[in-house]
Amino acid sequence: MSTTARRVVLDPLVDNNPITLQILGICSALAVTTTVSAALIMCLALTSVTALSNASISMIRHHIPSNIRIIVQMTIIASLVIVVDQILKAYAYEASKTLSVFVGLIITNCIVMGRAEAFAMKNSPGISFLDGLGNGLGYSAVLLVVAVVRELFGSGSILGVTLLLPVSEGGWYVPNGLMLLPPSAFFIIGLGIWAIRTIKPKQVESAEFRIKRVHRTEVF
Amino acid sequence: MTKDSPFNILLTAFALCLVCSILVSTAAIGLKQQQIDNQVLDQKIKILKVSGLWQDDMPIEQMFESVETRLVDLSSGEYSELFAVEDYNQKKASKDLANSIELSREEDVAGIGRRAKLAKVYLIRRAGEIVRVVLPIHGYGLWSTLYGYVTLEQDMNTVYAITFYEHKETPGLGGEVDNQKWQASWRGKQVYDEQGQTRLALIKGRVDRNSASQQYQIDGLSGATLTSNGVSNMFAFWMGQQGYKQYLENIRGDEA
Repeated sequence: MSTTARRVVLDPLVDNNPITLQILGICSALAVTTTVSAALIMCLALTSVTALSNASISMIRHHIPSNIRIIVQMTIIASLVIVVDQILKAYAYEASKTLSVFVGLIITNCIVMGRAEAFAMKNSPGISFLDGLGNGLGYSAVLLVVAVVRELFGSGSILGVTLLLPVSEGGWYVPNGLMLLPPSAFFIIGLGIWAIRTIKPKQVESAEFRIKRVHRTEVF
Repeated sequence: MTKDSPFNILLTAFALCLVCSILVSTAAIGLKQQQIDNQVLDQKIKILKVSGLWQDDMPIEQMFESVETRLVDLSSGEYSELFAVEDYNQKKASKDLANSIELSREEDVAGIGRRAKLAKVYLIRRAGEIVRVVLPIHGYGLWSTLYGYVTLEQDMNTVYAITFYEHKETPGLGGEVDNQKWQASWRGKQVYDEQGQTRLALIKGRVDRNSASQQYQIDGLSGATLTSNGVSNMFAFWMGQQGYKQYLENIRGDEA
């Protein structure tokens, strides 16, 4: 793999992560991370949609009239999402029931649209595909971390395998109900962003303004 | 001609829509059968589990052979042959004006609006005799309608098992209707008292084992009063005159 290609795939994992740096695609990160298995399927769905939509938009990028380019992108993304949803219903029925509307909502996921507009409209299909793949994987990495924490502390299990036996089944662990509710994902993502920015201070945005220090004498 | 001319915009839009619609409809039609099979299979698994016939290492179709599916006219409690059993969808029928009845405010304790005229029930026979019957039930909880099955034992009064297969209650609170341990606590409970009144209901807190009415009581779901009420109301409705009461009395009469 050439260095550009490698950078395009690996950069979004930590250095330019769509969730923790660009704060995109938070909505589904809150909704589908109560169990790891649901998050896994969601990651797979989103990664394939982003990669394929990037590739197909890039292929026709010279023919898209600029006035309707957003609509064209949406149409392609929406079609891919419906196809993915249909495939899930046919081959992963249980998972598609848990994910319900959230697969359909990939259409509105800012990451997919963002990469189409920012990258695929300007680059060739091959590299656009890799960019979509990389961003999908970056999203997946965050989603899986959040899902592992939420499922472990919320239900005492990972991928349905009980690790901490909850009190309701005769064990000792009192499940943390908050972990099963959407706000907990906010906290976990927030802590994650804090951790990443502590390790990589370059990601910290410069303040938009500073409150001017007023010397006491100036007031009077 | 330039890329941004009106003609080219229309042409691109049209071509794109055509390609996308072909893609989407191919996927939808190509996978349709597989999806329907999945739904049917999913229902069969639920019914097998709630009826106690489930065995991990048996083919589903083979297990389902011992289940007899029938349609019941709820107002008379008699079996009906109006539709082919395989094609009848009770959920669809309860939204269909011709195949359902509107419930008055007093009747509609479960908050479902309309009730299908025919219910799809599943009978488990042993040596010709009905030993268990699986009844579909549904009713409104807090956020959504809960759909489930309840299995009654031979006396058509004792609960064997209960399950919910579709609901959108809060995970961890109302969503605890899926809790295996809570569902197991239903086994052996009585639906009707000696006077034939529906007594079974969820109570607030835990059931006192020494209480005289403990056989009619189920632990309430903590933190989910409205879902708990919804489940109680569901039983009040489906075990009442508008529900399976007449049908259950008919079976009891036949078997006696």
